[in-house]
Amino acid sequence: MSKVLMKGNEAMALAAIKAGCDAFYGYPITPQNELPEYLSKHMRIHGRAFVQSESEVAAINMVYGAAGAGARVLTSSSSPGIALKQEGITYIAGAELPAVIINVMRGGPGLGGIQPSQADYNQITRGGGNGDYSLYALAPESLQETVDLIKESFEIADYFRNPVMIAVDGLIGQMMEPVDVDKEVKKWDLKPKTWAADGNRKDHPKNIINSLYLDPQDLENHNIKLQKKYTEMKENHQRYELINMENAEIAIVAYGSVARIARTAIEILAEKGINAGIIRPITIFPFPEKAFKELPSSVENLLVAEMSMGQMLQDVKLANECRLPIHFYGRVGGIVPEAEEIAQKVIDIIGGQSHE
Amino acid sequence: MNSKIVYEKSKGLSDFHLSYCPGCTHGIIHKLVAETLVDLDLLDRTVGISSVGCSALNYDFFSCDMQQAAHGRAPAVATGIKRVRPDNIVFTYQGDGDLASIGIAEAIHAAHRGENITIVFVNNAIYGMTGGQMAPTTLLGQKTTTSQDGRQEATSGLPLRVSEMMAQIPGATYIERVSVHDPKHVNKAKKALKKAFDIQNKKLGFSMIEFISTCPVNWGMNPKDSVDWAVDNMIPYYPLGVYKDKTVGEK
Amino acid sequence: MAKGRIIIDLNRCKGCNLCTYYCPVHILKLDETTTNDRGYTPLMVTEPEKCIACAFCATMCPDSVITVERFVKEANNE
Repeated sequence: MSKVLMKGNEAMALAAIKAGCDAFYGYPITPQNELPEYLSKHMRIHGRAFVQSESEVAAINMVYGAAGAGARVLTSSSSPGIALKQEGITYIAGAELPAVIINVMRGGPGLGGIQPSQADYNQITRGGGNGDYSLYALAPESLQETVDLIKESFEIADYFRNPVMIAVDGLIGQMMEPVDVDKEVKKWDLKPKTWAADGNRKDHPKNIINSLYLDPQDLENHNIKLQKKYTEMKENHQRYELINMENAEIAIVAYGSVARIARTAIEILAEKGINAGIIRPITIFPFPEKAFKELPSSVENLLVAEMSMGQMLQDVKLANECRLPIHFYGRVGGIVPEAEEIAQKVIDIIGGQSHE
Repeated sequence: MNSKIVYEKSKGLSDFHLSYCPGCTHGIIHKLVAETLVDLDLLDRTVGISSVGCSALNYDFFSCDMQQAAHGRAPAVATGIKRVRPDNIVFTYQGDGDLASIGIAEAIHAAHRGENITIVFVNNAIYGMTGGQMAPTTLLGQKTTTSQDGRQEATSGLPLRVSEMMAQIPGATYIERVSVHDPKHVNKAKKALKKAFDIQNKKLGFSMIEFISTCPVNWGMNPKDSVDWAVDNMIPYYPLGVYKDKTVGEK
Repeated sequence: MAKGRIIIDLNRCKGCNLCTYYCPVHILKLDETTTNDRGYTPLMVTEPEKCIACAFCATMCPDSVITVERFVKEANNE
């Protein structure tokens, strides 16, 4: 299949169209504006719905409505806008609706900056909104992977009847790479949406889309049902990639753009005779604990590298189960770490000059 | 002697007992919505949106598909549905806290975009479900649990006239304020709802019907006194009538 | 001679009294001798022969308690 050079935000938009997305509702926010801009033109061309809503809050609630009516629906935003969407996201999870949410992360907290970041890790993987729920969260590192995962995410959302988040950083949104948007992705085994409240009562008995359960036992039962999904995600749907881990003396744990930078870092280290590998989470929820259970015995240290103050550290520590020392290298504020910085940190660790 | 039924419970309502307080006019308004949808033969392709307030449970009361929305967000949920299901009838049912306070942006922008939906707005000048706090529509001097000396203009502003405000929005097609305080006004209110749903069915744009309603428990009155209080105090400040009707040209 | 009659779903009634005020012939009141399954004092008709089948009571009832039938003379059957 032929590849086209595309900007990340536009490639993501086109991927959604290819996946049969019926509606996009969103609000402008840097650094993802090319995504709604692209869709404002192309959704109309394809006869599908597009609304630039009055706020991110309104957008996520439009997503709720369309998802409840059985449509495939997308919203996108960046970190502060994702914060605004948290209420809507918990309603979508509580009402068991499928939806895809793209987060093109930027520096925080608060208004923060407009440059790339990974500082929404906790917001994404630890709920963000109220109650016991989780998002299936994918963190691609390249535009091709982003396009593939966005297309598959609509399948995943429909399968689990749960919101799915695509967690990319501003780099991925803004960079340009060749992509094949027609590449086949996995089709999941999906059932018809007979539960949808779409106003077609001639076809089905009355359906209610709801997250309110006033009776405590009913609400507990509902939560137990939701948790089964997250257990299934954890048991069967962790995704990760191991890069150069055979005989590696240190494993860099990184996702998204930082993983790509780490790929260059390990080349730099190889030239210096240091054998470093990468554990690359592709799902950040469920966290790929399985990747840490089969580490080669050569690995003596872990280095977590992220564009945050260490939000992924906790999951790595839990997965590590106190086996190996864990070090951290992070840049925030929109600063993207250079490969040399990460390589130097590895050198410091191996030379005994870094503390956990 | 033969007989014919001239009034019975609407097929648009389920068999659930309504959860409202005795004498609360929510029940009358529910009947009117249900009857209108049945009369216009729209019920089977309707999606209603429950909001947050006393009417939060009304997804059980209407015999059509229902979605329960977060507080204030019903017009956004309605937009989301209508854009993917343009041939279905979509209505929201919202109280004064839901629509005029937390949800005012969503209501204004649904009208602004001319969304082809119908908002049923129930104004009883108080927050009922949460125990009687001040609403944007609470009258000056009216005592509530968060305006215990009566609403003061200096700190809380003047009550919000929602129909008048929404009528200013160019995208709105039909805005009317009605009351249900006696059978004559109930019948007039039903005509207003019929007009609104007819407009939606003909794809003529956004409609909102504001109902002057009561809250016996939080006003501290019996149901009949509540109706009288609404007539004597609310209607003078919130006059009944059609505020916007694009179907007969600009007013 | 009654023009019609009402049928009351006693267990839906919340004893709110709205219907009793709007009945133009004043034949409705709450039956203080009983309570329904939900603990409310329900509606009763005191003089059914005076019913004019105007349906004001049913119109004002928030809980769809009342069904109204109008008697139809044989000659006017539809």
